[in-house]
Amino acid sequence: MAVLLDKNTRLIVQGLTGREGTFHAKQAAAYGTNVVGGVTPGKGGTTHDSWPIFNNVHDAVKETGANATVIFVPPPFAADAIMEAADAAIPLAVCITEGIPVVDMLKALTFMEGKPTRLVGPNCPGVISAGKAKAGIIPGHICREGRIGIVSKSGTLTYEAIHQLTREGMGQTTCIGIGGDPLIGTNFIDALRLFAADPETDAVVMIGEIGGTAEEDAADFIRREFRKPVVGFIAGQTAPPGRRMGHAGAIIAGGKGTATEKMAALKSAGVHVVKSPADMGAKMREVLGK
Amino acid sequence: MKIHEYQAKSVLARFGVPVPRGEVAFAPAEAAEIARRLGGNVVVVKAQIHAGGRGKGGGVKLARSPDDAEQIAKQMIGMTLVTHQTGPEGKKVSRVLVEEGLQIDRELYLSILIDRAAALPVVIASAAGGMDIEEVAAKQPEKILREHVDRGTGIVPFQSRKLAFAMGLEAGPAQKLVKLLDALYKAFIETDASLIEINPLILTKSGDLLALDAKVTFDDNALYRHPDIREFRDLSEEDPLEVEASKFSLNYIRLDGNIGCMVNGAGLAMATMDIIKLAGGEPANFLDVGGGANAEQIRNAFKILMSDKNVRAVLINIFGGILRCDVLAEGVIAAVKDLGVPVPIVIRMEGTNVDQGKRMLHESGLNFTTADSMGEAAEKVVALAGAPV
Repeated sequence: MAVLLDKNTRLIVQGLTGREGTFHAKQAAAYGTNVVGGVTPGKGGTTHDSWPIFNNVHDAVKETGANATVIFVPPPFAADAIMEAADAAIPLAVCITEGIPVVDMLKALTFMEGKPTRLVGPNCPGVISAGKAKAGIIPGHICREGRIGIVSKSGTLTYEAIHQLTREGMGQTTCIGIGGDPLIGTNFIDALRLFAADPETDAVVMIGEIGGTAEEDAADFIRREFRKPVVGFIAGQTAPPGRRMGHAGAIIAGGKGTATEKMAALKSAGVHVVKSPADMGAKMREVLGK
Repeated sequence: MKIHEYQAKSVLARFGVPVPRGEVAFAPAEAAEIARRLGGNVVVVKAQIHAGGRGKGGGVKLARSPDDAEQIAKQMIGMTLVTHQTGPEGKKVSRVLVEEGLQIDRELYLSILIDRAAALPVVIASAAGGMDIEEVAAKQPEKILREHVDRGTGIVPFQSRKLAFAMGLEAGPAQKLVKLLDALYKAFIETDASLIEINPLILTKSGDLLALDAKVTFDDNALYRHPDIREFRDLSEEDPLEVEASKFSLNYIRLDGNIGCMVNGAGLAMATMDIIKLAGGEPANFLDVGGGANAEQIRNAFKILMSDKNVRAVLINIFGGILRCDVLAEGVIAAVKDLGVPVPIVIRMEGTNVDQGKRMLHESGLNFTTADSMGEAAEKVVALAGAPV
């Protein structure tokens, strides 16, 4: 088993006819994902690299039976694309787009309330279930099937964690990039809940970064009810206050959101926190005692 | 994006938030002119820099006459103002705001920002205005009031009244706060602000509410749809290297250390700074070249890195997913040959086509130090850079 994506996933790509969309649709298909079509308004009825293209998500879902979508739509139109996916009641929407205005995300999240769609992202590398399927840009070849789950705010740091685990001989169930924006769909706690319910996930690597309180909230959740081992790393221990470190959400504001606070919160919740990003894999090996 | 106080006030005034009468001056004579136009016994001259704490640093002064205003402006324009938010190097003042003097009865605090956990805008208010709000929050948390705003309705009058009465306002001013908050919320949403802070919001002796100070920052991701706000950008407030980097869409932040970093991805870039520090070194910068970097982008990144004269060694840490290691290697080799980078370069790369990339580096005949892990790379670059400056 894995979470979010598996061999039953039928994936559509919103923005498939764009450069990024085409490239990553091919990558996903090459990884074994069942990519069933794409959505580009105005290009409905055509095909692109043999995939059928639809004018809207409703049509795509009706015609292909899609149960997941990955969104590669430019920032000004991405919130619209998310809402369209939710309106079509597709179970999973993964939004890769970086640079969506916060006010647009406020609208999108309000729109999604009460609808059955789970959003992952935006501004994230997406989701991969090792050996099964992927929706997003995480390179498949670095993953191995195994029993560790990963949840992370950062893209390349997720690759780093996957690589370290793989090198230590530990494969992954599912890796979830939740994104570094201030407003996101699936958060740490949502992802941890999924891993808690997955019998094939034995332990979790959690990668946070400065800004906000999502890590502290996750620490509370872990203390209360998460019973699998967690190895944690927080990026930005040396970040200066008041500066946005690349990600829109990665900022220490008013003395809040520091790595020190987050590491302390996670530690007190029993998370195995590593100071060095080079130690994530080795720490997991030590924790699992193999 | 940050803007100056006088610009923030012009934005707020456009939405109907009451602000003191005033104008900006770039020269002392202009300050005198403005003081004359404003009339009254007292005007306030305020240095305009992108940092708070100006009053304590000597950046806010009362003038009793237009001549007085001119003298004060003369001292302020061109001075370097140091506050707790500027760092020890301070910021150069190039303009002042000249405003009418007001009879202040009380100082309050008001702000709007996004509560990430609730995924809603939140209005924060406090009767303890004019002070550092973080200090108030730490020492007297009961003095901080919060109202979340429903996206559909916007701020509802009862919420504003609730805040007003909790701050001890009487019925008249409370009704004024309802109007003011309505305008403030509109300004927040319609300009794509990420923070509007009014500290202090004053109650005058005549019972009016005005934004005596104003700080507004905008969501960079939304600037594309606000050409008028983009005009407010003051490049002299930013680090010249950061301005240069932004022209190449490089995400660069200058720091104080001597080890230049070039990384793909914001999280990995922060983590690379962290591991340099753990190895006993000091990073000179944060630099995310992005996922789609090409040879030209790598070249631009080197140019920016090497413009910082403190840099004694460079660490390149790339996890190639979409960005292939052979493309990276090609870019690095070309840039080094072309620009003649005079400091040691440590390269750690992993991911797509890594073997090919390593072979290219090795066969280039250039003097690169390679490393197989982040930890090893950090130790090597710290040793090569020598003691932090």
